[in-house]
Amino acid sequence: MDACNLIRAPILHPAGPVALAERDLLFTAVFVMLVVVVPVFVMTFLFAWRYRASGGRGRYTPNWYYSGKVDAIIWLVPALIVVVLGYLLWTETHKLDPYRQLVSGTEPLEVEAIAQDWKWLFIYPELGVASVNELVFPSNRSLSLKITSDTVMNSFFIPALGGQIYAMAGMQTRLHLLADKPGCFRGRNMQYSGHGFPEQRFAVRALAKEEFDAWLSRARKSPEKLDMAAYRALAAPSVDHPVSYYSGVAPRLYDSIIEKYAGKHPE
Amino acid sequence: MDMRILGRLTAADALPFYSWVAVGGAVVTVLGLLTIVGAITFLRKWRYVWTEWMTSLDHKRIGIMYVMLALVMLVRGFVDAIMMRAQQAVALNSTGYLPPEHFDQIFSSHGTIMIFFMAMPFLTGLINIIVPQQIGARDVAFPFMNSVSLWLTAAGAGLVLISLVVGRFSTAGWTGYPPYSGAEYNPGVGVDYWIWAIQVSGIGTTLSGINFIVTILKRRAPGMKLMRMPLFCWTTLATSILMIFAFPALTVTTALLALDRIFDMHFFTNAGGGNLMNYINLFWIWGHPEVYILILPAFGIYSSVVSTFAAKRLFGYKSLVYATMAIALLSFTVWLHHFFTMGAGAGVNAFFGIATMVIAVPTGVKVFDWLMTLFRGRITFHPSMLWALGFIVTFVIGGMTGVLLALPPADYLMHNSTFLVAHFHNMLIPGALFGYLAGYMFWFPKAFGFTLDERWGKGAFWCWIIGFYLAFMPLYVLGFMGMARRMERYEISAWQPFLLIAALGAVVILAGITCLVIQLVVSIRKRNEKRDLTGDPWDGRTLEWLTSSPPAPYNFAVLPQVRDIDALHDMKRHGSVYVRPKQYEDILLPINTGAGVLIGGLAFVFGFSAVWHIWWVAAAALLAILATAAARSFRDKTEFCLTGSKVQEIENRHFRDLAREGVL
Ligand code: HEM
Ligand SMILES: [Cu+2]
Repeated sequence: MDACNLIRAPILHPAGPVALAERDLLFTAVFVMLVVVVPVFVMTFLFAWRYRASGGRGRYTPNWYYSGKVDAIIWLVPALIVVVLGYLLWTETHKLDPYRQLVSGTEPLEVEAIAQDWKWLFIYPELGVASVNELVFPSNRSLSLKITSDTVMNSFFIPALGGQIYAMAGMQTRLHLLADKPGCFRGRNMQYSGHGFPEQRFAVRALAKEEFDAWLSRARKSPEKLDMAAYRALAAPSVDHPVSYYSGVAPRLYDSIIEKYAGKHPE
Repeated sequence: MDMRILGRLTAADALPFYSWVAVGGAVVTVLGLLTIVGAITFLRKWRYVWTEWMTSLDHKRIGIMYVMLALVMLVRGFVDAIMMRAQQAVALNSTGYLPPEHFDQIFSSHGTIMIFFMAMPFLTGLINIIVPQQIGARDVAFPFMNSVSLWLTAAGAGLVLISLVVGRFSTAGWTGYPPYSGAEYNPGVGVDYWIWAIQVSGIGTTLSGINFIVTILKRRAPGMKLMRMPLFCWTTLATSILMIFAFPALTVTTALLALDRIFDMHFFTNAGGGNLMNYINLFWIWGHPEVYILILPAFGIYSSVVSTFAAKRLFGYKSLVYATMAIALLSFTVWLHHFFTMGAGAGVNAFFGIATMVIAVPTGVKVFDWLMTLFRGRITFHPSMLWALGFIVTFVIGGMTGVLLALPPADYLMHNSTFLVAHFHNMLIPGALFGYLAGYMFWFPKAFGFTLDERWGKGAFWCWIIGFYLAFMPLYVLGFMGMARRMERYEISAWQPFLLIAALGAVVILAGITCLVIQLVVSIRKRNEKRDLTGDPWDGRTLEWLTSSPPAPYNFAVLPQVRDIDALHDMKRHGSVYVRPKQYEDILLPINTGAGVLIGGLAFVFGFSAVWHIWWVAAAALLAILATAAARSFRDKTEFCLTGSKVQEIENRHFRDLAREGVL
């Protein structure tokens, strides 16, 4: 990856609306739960101190072992919290469904991602280019990903932009992301997949419009074409594959990878 | 299928010369075994070990052997853990000290060992020792099956241990997800060791579950209504129900995976119509109940400990019972939360997310019930009580992070990260292991007749809890920094400080384990000072403290008459404790048998040959198991009679001790 500032804790400092909403949900839930967690802390220490046999001040009432009121509070308070969180969960899960298109002025950019041992291939079907271990797109334009795997199960994740989703052979999953402003991020496979797993990461760059066009023309100048033979060579296991570009992609390549495992892929 | 006489077993493949670390592990394993065998031989104790222990059908002895297995495997599992911590502490921009793919075997064996061969035997052992006594029974329902369960579990553990010496272990993690664990991507023996180890021990667990349920339902003393049982019996009942409903799912899932691997079937492969999603669903249909199988018994132990050392009846007994059973039921409705990121629709994810959070309610109720038991109690800080207090404080943190992971959108961010690793250790270490250790220190005098040293016990507690926070809180932070789990090496320098703290934490936990060892040694050496002749060192409240320590083979010469929750406490109040009958009755007891050991040994041979595709041996071993079981079931005489006068002799001794201690 070239020199640009990576975020240290991308999940706490997201760079797009999806990750931001996911993080905020996390924070909200923590706050709501402190309603029970803090009393537990306080009560444990307080009771252990007050009722210690060696000189605690508290009264000892061995025959006090039930109170309907206390019992009711014990059941109702956690239940209430779960109702609140459950409501939040239901609405947010629908809002943040990774399959949902994001609204941003322009048409989303379509990218097809294929997990391989141990790298990621990104195909830009509208642009006719492909890249390995580098995902580049314009900032402020939503990214619409179709994801599959040509090997074992992987999990596609760009922490700064939004949550992950599995990549499975013969199947397709979807993910929609958006970067607010230009920036560099990390992406990786999160699902252990064998020997080269630790290096199975990719650079993510959200670029301003002009820079993206410059990147595109650079990719288009690549002498390599991604035909079936080139694809097979690429798909062979390799660790820490360098970033590389293809200036042409065989038609329906992505679909054919899914069909390889699952028979004809209905679109 | 492989039809060679030795299957695919060849010296070149089998021996661990691919790395010095593996050679070291193999040497330690072999030396450990030789030391044990050598020591028994040197002390000329084989006859004793065989007749008094290995062939014993006494539930207390079987329980003790389970716990011994668990403690040994705890050490082995911890060695794995500290090796991983050391690797990640140094593997910044380097390959670290472990040879390639070794790390992957270690996280797989660590997870497998800790779950199947540390936690499961620990809880099964404690249940075995205590539950029959708590319900006032003389034995479990099926003593022979109990021995079979034990030796099947030991056989499974043996398979994991020997994988270090002959061949390799799985690299597919404790979850063994296909297609990675399939033959195409993992043709070696590693995954097979994993499969057969959990197949063999899983059968043992299912049998244990049946045994405990029948024991609790059929063997309770007169007056011991279900709603008078100690909480530990309730949680045992819940755990056993989970065992018999959940474990068959695991058995079938791993069997299907084995069929894929051996016969080239396509249940879970990429090609041929297989689908990994079926495996993942089936696995977690077992896997989620499994975490409650591990945690519920610990909840029962905490209930006993808190009530005893607060000298107070449990607050909200009924609430605790209902909460326990609610948790058991709900635990079957949440499995999908382990893979929210598989692409299910928002409705499905939300449903399972909410179901998961609902479990937090009865769990929260339990925590508050324990707190209200402390309230207005008279608390003594026995080490067991320290484990319980440490548990309450630490467990709510894990519960909180668990609810976070139950929110699908938040899980999309944290799934598969070290945040998840921190979360489940945050549940399992305080929620299961601390509970077992509390039970170990609480009930040790019951099993052996002398108490454990409290100073070293407290030392162990403080090291474990401080070590736990140091080792796992940094992992939460690393999760926020985007660190995936199962990383053998990494290139982000900002992670390293946190991994160094985590490694330090593991060292502190090592000190805790050392304290446990010293505690045991010191206590054995000072056993005469620490002798407890009353059988009731903590002013106990439930029936296990009515028996002598160690209890007579029949536990109770006269079955106790139960009138209340906390039966013994109630008897003490009414002065009806330690009453002698005019005459003792004859008691039937199971005759020892080596059949359980034999079946376990054959299961080990079966597993080992299945791993190496030595099919003729596998088939022979399987037949021999069936033959042994059949032969044993044709035996008419499986019990012997301990005459009333013999019982009286034993009881006289006990009552002499009681008189000498002044409790009569
Ligand atoms: C005693 C202190 C312990 C330490 C220091 C420790 C450390 C670790 C480490 C470093 C990992 C690998 C994390 C990764 O994938 O990046 C791990 C994984 C795991 N641990 Fe522990 N652990 C401990 C105790 C336990 C206990 C008591 C249990 C269960 C009862 C347990 C169950 C697991 C499981 C299931 C995994 C996942 C393995 C996998 O990825 O397949 N651990 N532990
Ligand atoms: Cu679960």
